[in-house]
Amino acid sequence: MNSSRTRLALIATVAASAIALSACAGDAESTSNGSDEDRSLIVYSGRDESLIGPIIEKFEEESGIEVKVRYANSIEMAAQLLEEGERTPAQVFLSQEAGALGELANADLLAPLPEEITGAVDPQYSAADDSWVALTGRARVLLYDSESVSEDEVPSDVHALTEPEWQGRVGFAPTNASFQSFVTAMRVLEGEDVAEEWLTGMIDNDTEVFDRNGPIVEAVNTGALDVGLVNHYYWVVAAAEAGGPESMRAQLKFGEPGTVSALVNVTGAGVLASAEDSDEAQEFVEYLVSEQAQEHFVEEAGEYSLLPDGPSPADVPSLDELDGPDLDFSELADLDGTLELLQKVGLL
Amino acid sequence: MAAVPLAYLVIRLAQADLQQVIDAVVRERTLVLVLTSLGLSLLVALGSLVLGIPMAWVLARVALPLPGLWRALAALPLAVPSYVMAFSWISTWPALSGFWPLTLVMILACTPYVTLPVAAAFYLADQRAVDVARTLGRGPLGAFRAALLPQVAPAALAGALLAGLYTLSDFGSPSLFRVQTLTWAVYAAFEGGLNRTLAAATALILVMLALTLVLMERMMRRRASRGGRPASQIVRPRRLNTKRVQLVSVAGLGCVSLVSLGIPAYALTRRGWESRSAATDWSRLFESMGTTLSLSLTGALIAVLLGLPIAVLAARYRGRSIATLESVAYLGNGIPGLVVGLSLVFFTLNVVPVLYQTALALSVAYAVIFLPKAIGSARSAIAQVPASLEEVSRTLGRGPLHTWTTITARLSTPGIATGGLLVAVTAMKELPATLMLLPIGANTLATELWRHTNMSSYAAAAPYAIALVLIACIPTYFLSRTELDGTRR
Repeated sequence: MNSSRTRLALIATVAASAIALSACAGDAESTSNGSDEDRSLIVYSGRDESLIGPIIEKFEEESGIEVKVRYANSIEMAAQLLEEGERTPAQVFLSQEAGALGELANADLLAPLPEEITGAVDPQYSAADDSWVALTGRARVLLYDSESVSEDEVPSDVHALTEPEWQGRVGFAPTNASFQSFVTAMRVLEGEDVAEEWLTGMIDNDTEVFDRNGPIVEAVNTGALDVGLVNHYYWVVAAAEAGGPESMRAQLKFGEPGTVSALVNVTGAGVLASAEDSDEAQEFVEYLVSEQAQEHFVEEAGEYSLLPDGPSPADVPSLDELDGPDLDFSELADLDGTLELLQKVGLL
Repeated sequence: MAAVPLAYLVIRLAQADLQQVIDAVVRERTLVLVLTSLGLSLLVALGSLVLGIPMAWVLARVALPLPGLWRALAALPLAVPSYVMAFSWISTWPALSGFWPLTLVMILACTPYVTLPVAAAFYLADQRAVDVARTLGRGPLGAFRAALLPQVAPAALAGALLAGLYTLSDFGSPSLFRVQTLTWAVYAAFEGGLNRTLAAATALILVMLALTLVLMERMMRRRASRGGRPASQIVRPRRLNTKRVQLVSVAGLGCVSLVSLGIPAYALTRRGWESRSAATDWSRLFESMGTTLSLSLTGALIAVLLGLPIAVLAARYRGRSIATLESVAYLGNGIPGLVVGLSLVFFTLNVVPVLYQTALALSVAYAVIFLPKAIGSARSAIAQVPASLEEVSRTLGRGPLHTWTTITARLSTPGIATGGLLVAVTAMKELPATLMLLPIGANTLATELWRHTNMSSYAAAAPYAIALVLIACIPTYFLSRTELDGTRR
């Protein structure tokens, strides 16, 4: 009895594998129909389709290059690129932030960029070794609920948020890459001890932990939270959806110029090492630092252009007025110390 | 195949510095995370049982008006991604956060894991045992406990296990409710500069927890199955049709649906209405619906085919190797989707690079990730088919395959189909592995939802969330049909 059932199970297994295999064969054939003559490009984008999609379409029209894009979170995408290594189908990586690009550069997965690309933007924002180029800037801001706090009450210095009056009223996202860059900047500018003291002060003050910036904007805009630490463009995008800045309950307070509270983070692009000789990849990244593409970043996404004398988004102060701290951006790519600190204080 | 994510974790950790792994794991914070995750999972599993068993009984045994509608409503919370459900609650009551609201929402999201297989089990349960118990002087509840409950216990426990494992591996809802769980920590480790060692170490703790849940379920199932052995002839009861029972049943089911489906529906509609910038791209919506359907149904089919042999073995034999096989299949369910996704990137590139980022590879990935869902309900359905029936068939000269198709497969079809449905519905909303393995340029409803919620354009996301719920009705419809076919004699 038993042996016959085992045989039955065996038959079922074989049948299942046979079906799976035949399906495999069919699919493999149908996907291999690429031709060598078409110019095409594969891009991994950690940036949103709603933002980058229209720019890519314009590039396709102008260059005749067909661009295929995979969208995901910057960090998860970088993890995938590390896993793929040399075998990656991707030629260009667009990142929400410097850290992910820095990690890929450290793993020797990025090809050095030519001078005509890196030279287009203000050199202080890009990688020192030309492994990636900065595309846009986003300011760290304090978002506040304008119905429960007035602008004067909201501090322009993040250190003030550890005061008792802000207990339980503030939210931040310690896993967010921009927040981590911000902590890195604080460590670089003000020292390890100050950063640790600030973090423990924030924890002792019952600061709410969010996973992303979006929900913070949501919480402040619905009155569930008084103050949140976010990037400025989340507000610009949410305001556009709500029908303008005046229909937003949440409002922005920019940090004290010259201090870490006025930090500007960058988004960037890199060419994968496996695509070092790809003209299409070079052409695409070059297009992203062109005036036309930069204008789109400013108008549609509310981000700062990093071209010298580039345009500023509406409803927010210009990059010069913000006057971020004096900082070498390649130092921000090294996140290890920040992660250790965040683990030490118990935020990770 | 199901062991791929596990093997990946081991490979990753083997490459890491041992001291680093130990430092990452041995922290007070790890303990807090473990207790939070375990507590949450157990409470959700328990809550799903408490809510799901009565619902299943009503669905199977009460003559309801519009039975198909109620069955669909009971299944539908599965189609609402738990992060969408969590979001709709927070959007309606912004101040909501913390452990208990999260527990409640997860119970609502996970109850169908218990309701569906248990309803199928109630269908197949032998009524004579209950009649005997009643004759022996037990009250209706006493008879239910003594005679009916043991028959559905394996299905209920398998469902509760799925609920627990899903909760353990869920990321979206805990983070929206600002509860830090182990899965949250795995994501946090990745987000923070790709710390794959810390992430892998944390994920391995998660696997241990999943293993704990699997072993607990096995122990309880063994104890439960001592109670009732399936009889050779199944007698089905007539459905209860007294007005009072019907009224109470409809009211109860209605309340649960209102809370678990009404709130998301309300919140999404309100957000969609409020939006002034959301112009829906209809062709894209339909295209991603098509992609979602074909990928998830193929995945479900593969999962059923892969899972059936394991389910048959697990239902009929009690060897250690079979138990291990089944457990390994279950463990994948407790691993966060991000790690599963990365492990499948690793596996595909190293073993079948031609298939990397093809639709087939993603379907297989779905099958691997959700295999336990196919096994669980198939196993309990097959176990309910009396072995003596098979023996009679064999004595009458039918071959093993003939016996299997005419007796076992036919009687256990509802359970097997339930498993397939669960796979299809959960595959539809799977996100992390989908983002990594989807053919380039293609979109599913889940990735579209992600695209919009990521930029906090919740209003623009609403049509995709609604579409996701709508197409989940398709497998639900098929389920109710196979259900009828399987029980009509």
